[in-house]
This record gives sequence, C-alpha cells and structure tokens, in this order.
Amino acid sequence: MKKFEVINVKDTRSGFGAGLSELGKKNPNVVALCADLTGSLKMDAFQKEHPERFFQVGIAEANMIGLAAGMAIGDKIPYTGTFANFSTGRVYDQIRQSVAYSNKNVKICASHAGLTLGEDGATHQILEDIGLMKMLPNMTVINPCDYNQTKAATIAIADYEGPVYLRFGRPAVPNFTPENQTFEIGKALLLNEGSDVTIFATGHLVWKSIEAAYLLAEKGISVELINIHTIKPLDKEAVLKSAQKTRAVVTAEEHQMNGGLGDSICQLLALQMPTPVEMVAVNDTFGESGTPDQLMKKYGLDVQDVVAAVERVLARKG
Amino acid sequence: MADITQLQQIATQVRRDILRMVHGAKSGHPGGSLGCADFLTALYFKVMKHNPDFSMNGKDEDIFFLSNGHISPLFYSVLARSGYFPIQELKTFRMLNSRLQGHPATAEHLPGVRVASGSLGQGLSVAIGAALAKKLNGDKQLVYALMGDGEIQEGQNWEALMFAAHHKVDNIIVTIDYNGQQIDGSTMEVMGIGNDIEAKVKAFGWEILHMNGHDMQNIIDTMSKAKTFVGKGKPIFIIMKTEMGEPIDFMVGSHKWHGIAPSDSDLEKALAQLPSTLEDY
Repeated sequence: MKKFEVINVKDTRSGFGAGLSELGKKNPNVVALCADLTGSLKMDAFQKEHPERFFQVGIAEANMIGLAAGMAIGDKIPYTGTFANFSTGRVYDQIRQSVAYSNKNVKICASHAGLTLGEDGATHQILEDIGLMKMLPNMTVINPCDYNQTKAATIAIADYEGPVYLRFGRPAVPNFTPENQTFEIGKALLLNEGSDVTIFATGHLVWKSIEAAYLLAEKGISVELINIHTIKPLDKEAVLKSAQKTRAVVTAEEHQMNGGLGDSICQLLALQMPTPVEMVAVNDTFGESGTPDQLMKKYGLDVQDVVAAVERVLARKG
Repeated sequence: MADITQLQQIATQVRRDILRMVHGAKSGHPGGSLGCADFLTALYFKVMKHNPDFSMNGKDEDIFFLSNGHISPLFYSVLARSGYFPIQELKTFRMLNSRLQGHPATAEHLPGVRVASGSLGQGLSVAIGAALAKKLNGDKQLVYALMGDGEIQEGQNWEALMFAAHHKVDNIIVTIDYNGQQIDGSTMEVMGIGNDIEAKVKAFGWEILHMNGHDMQNIIDTMSKAKTFVGKGKPIFIIMKTEMGEPIDFMVGSHKWHGIAPSDSDLEKALAQLPSTLEDY
C-alpha cells in the first residue's frame, strides 16, 4: 500500500476560496455571487480583490440562481456561493429551469455539505444534494476530496462551458493531493493499485478510505483505491476496468445511499458488469448535532466502517 | 420603424396567430397572450434595438425576457413576425419535435429565446442578472422583461425587486401585465396582492410608471418616458393595465380563457373580429 503524505490539514472550502481568488486574477469574466455567507465560503479574498465582480445577494438564494443564469447570458462565468443545503434543495426549480434546462454556464459552489457541517444539525446537513444535482440533465457534479483538489477543481470548471455543481465541506481534513495539480473533469484518479477489492471514494471519504486501506493492508488485503471526484459524468471506463480486475467493490461517500456515488456505480455495474458491492453512506436518515468526528462515527462513515464494508464484500466475493 | 397604424395592424395579425396556434395545438394560453399583444408588438417593432440574426449574448442589443412563459404563443408570433424564424414554423406550436415548446425553452435553439420560462417567478431574476452583465460589459443597451400579475405571488420576485433596487440596476425596464386574472379567478380573489402593486414595488425602491396596454400611442410614449429614467440609480417598473383576451368579445376580462383552446366555432367567431392585416401562416 502506497503511503500518502499529509501536506497539511485544511478545509476544502478554503481551497475553493483560494481557487476563486486565483481564477479572478486571470479570468476577467468570472463573477461571484454570495447569499450572506462570504466568510463561511471563504469568498472574502475575491470580494476584496474584485469588488466590481462580487455581488452580495443577501439571504435570497432563489434570486441568486436566477441572477447567475442571466449573467451567464451576458458571457460572464458566475460562481454562486452558499451552503450545500441552500445551493440545491432550496432552489431546485430555479436550478432546473433557469440553469440546467436552459444550459447556462453557472457554477453552483456549495460548502458545508454533509454530516461534517457538525453542530448546526440536520437542518443544514444536506445528504441528498449529489442525488438532486446528478438527476438534472446537463449538470456536472464534482465533489473534491481535499484542499488542493478543491482549489484545482474551482479553477478548472471555469474552462468548462455548462452548469456545474461543486460540493465541498466545512472541517479541516488532511490535504494530500499535489499542489497545483491539473484537474480533469470526469477523470477518476487511481490512488493505489490493488487486486482484492476496489474502493471508489469521493469527498471526505477519500482520506477515510486511505486510512482503511492501510489497516486492510496489515491484514493482507490488497486494496485498489480510486478517487471519484466527478460523480457526473462518471468515469465509467475506470470503474469497469477496476471492477473487472478485483470483482469486489466498495463505495464510500458522505451522502445518502439513495442518489449518491454508490448509486451511480451500482447502476453502471448492474447494467454492464454485475459485481458484489457494499456501500458506505448514510442510510435513509437525517443527521443531528455533534462534532464531525462523532457524527461520522455514529452514522457509519468512519474508517472502521470502510474496513467492515470491504470485509463484507470480500465474503460475498467468495 | 413602424407607425401607430402599422403597429396596430401587426398586433392584429399577431392576435390571429395566437388564436390559430392555440386552436391548432388544442392547448395553450390565449388569454394573457392576447392581452399583451399590443405591448410586445410595440417592443419588437418600435421600442427595442434588436437583431433578428440572433445571438445568445445580445451584445449591443436591447434584450427581452418573458417571465410569464405561458404566453408563449404571443412571444413566438412576435419573434417570427420580426424575422427571428420562419412564420410557417408557428404551425408546429406544441407539437412533437418542434422548436416551439409549450413554454419557451433554449434546448431546441429557437432564435430569440435566451432562457426557459414557465415555472413562474424566475424571469425577473434572470433579467436583472443579464442587466448586470450588460453593465459589466460596458454595453449601453437595455434589458426589458415582462411578467404576469398573478406571478408576483411567487416570493422570488420580491427577492429580485429588493436586489435590483439595492444594487441600483438602472438599465432594466420591467413591465407587469396587470390584467387582474389568474387561473383560479381574479387576483383579488385568489391572493389579493393586486390593488396596491405600485405602493409595494415603489417601497422597494423602483421607479414606477403606468401604461394602458391597449393604447398603442400610450405604450410608445410610456416606453419613451421609461427610458428617460435609465441610468438614474433606480430600476424601472411599468404597471400595464390590460384585459385578458382583448379584444375578443367573449374572451375579454375573463380568467376562463387563461389556459384553454378555442373550439372550431370559437375560433371562427374570434377571427371574424380580427380581420387579417398581413397574412396568416
């Protein structure tokens, strides 16, 4: 098992803020809109550097999405910022009609996704957003795993013409992917080659899966670990290639089982290459208040849960 | 540029198109379409500087957004009659494989449509966004938008009204079709927001004008006056009084014709009240 060096421990939302700031300097068409969460989304740098291209919209997310669609018509590249809950569920029809169906070049940037939002509780902990967004035709769905990857994704999506949902989180997590990496939308990243089982992980569950793979390696289990940062379009070739090789799959994500990455992979495998799959995801329940670590443990998204899922799938593989 | 008589003739032909399209499709929304026919004709044939050789970004053109997308028959007729696409294409309205969807959409690349609308309450935000983009691009042309009065019951409109005033988006002229009717009845019966729209929108910080949506000269004059407020720090809002179904005697002023198609005999009776002025498709 390859060893991954932790460069530092940082929140992915800061990667977004850094990426947006860097992008603002080189692309004059990039504009940013924020619904009263500038500090939380780390959009302050862009706001300070480009006040004429930053639009405070107040607590009015529906209007923010519509404004962004209109600005895209005028060749701007709008980045909207608010929590994942208010970026998706709250404004679903605005995104559906004005952005996705109208195919506008809007980048919906969503922080504080999932359980790791923590103490604010289930009202704010959206676990359905990937599903909501991936069901929309024309929508690209990206969920990076650390600071560097989020920064790279933030910059890369400006060069892609079309609606994008970019999902990231609140807590500081290990930052281990290369600085100044090239982010390729829709390209799965092979983190570790293995032969017994494949773990497809996204977002915060990528590092959890790395830690799980270390523990499994000690037990003599060879894990192939693949980072799926783009849930839609899914890198089908990479998924099928690895599943064919290991014949046992675990998916891991900070999202509902319904509608998430695991659901996409199961659909692909069921249709093209039936393979035993175990899913590490939240199983049809809301979250609650607590620290991120406590919540990940209680809701079955911790390192030990990934290990257990691998053991279950290996038992089924026979 | 068309004179008043010519504009009235075009509007009459547009009304014939609307009735024939909705009749042909056996579905659609004739009431509001007929009511706004004079306004949209004036906009496309007199008021706006626009190019039927359509570009999505509308650079250096005035651009229009229809928020109450259900009056698509009117929008399509005016676009076709302005040269955006062949007039004969109007006969495909609401049919399979047509570019003329039930509600306006961009997916089929119909020239003249810049965003999908129909799910109500969204067009104002989009139009304000487009106006902001024009400002950022140094584009001096204007953004026009039309919305329904029932539609203002959607909360997003109030977010948008608040935003545009706060950010001094003063290159947009929004018109509300104040016909007092919606699907379930009069706006006063359904959700009584209609009798003081002026006070409400003015309180949000918009410049307010009034217009008679069936007096072509008044439309031209009011739109000219509205333009004098451009660049003065306030977004501009026109309350346009219309009658749903105008001028068909058995349709005027009734919400019953909001969303149903005329029968063969209804169509015959209605067209008899609108002598063809250009040529039917």
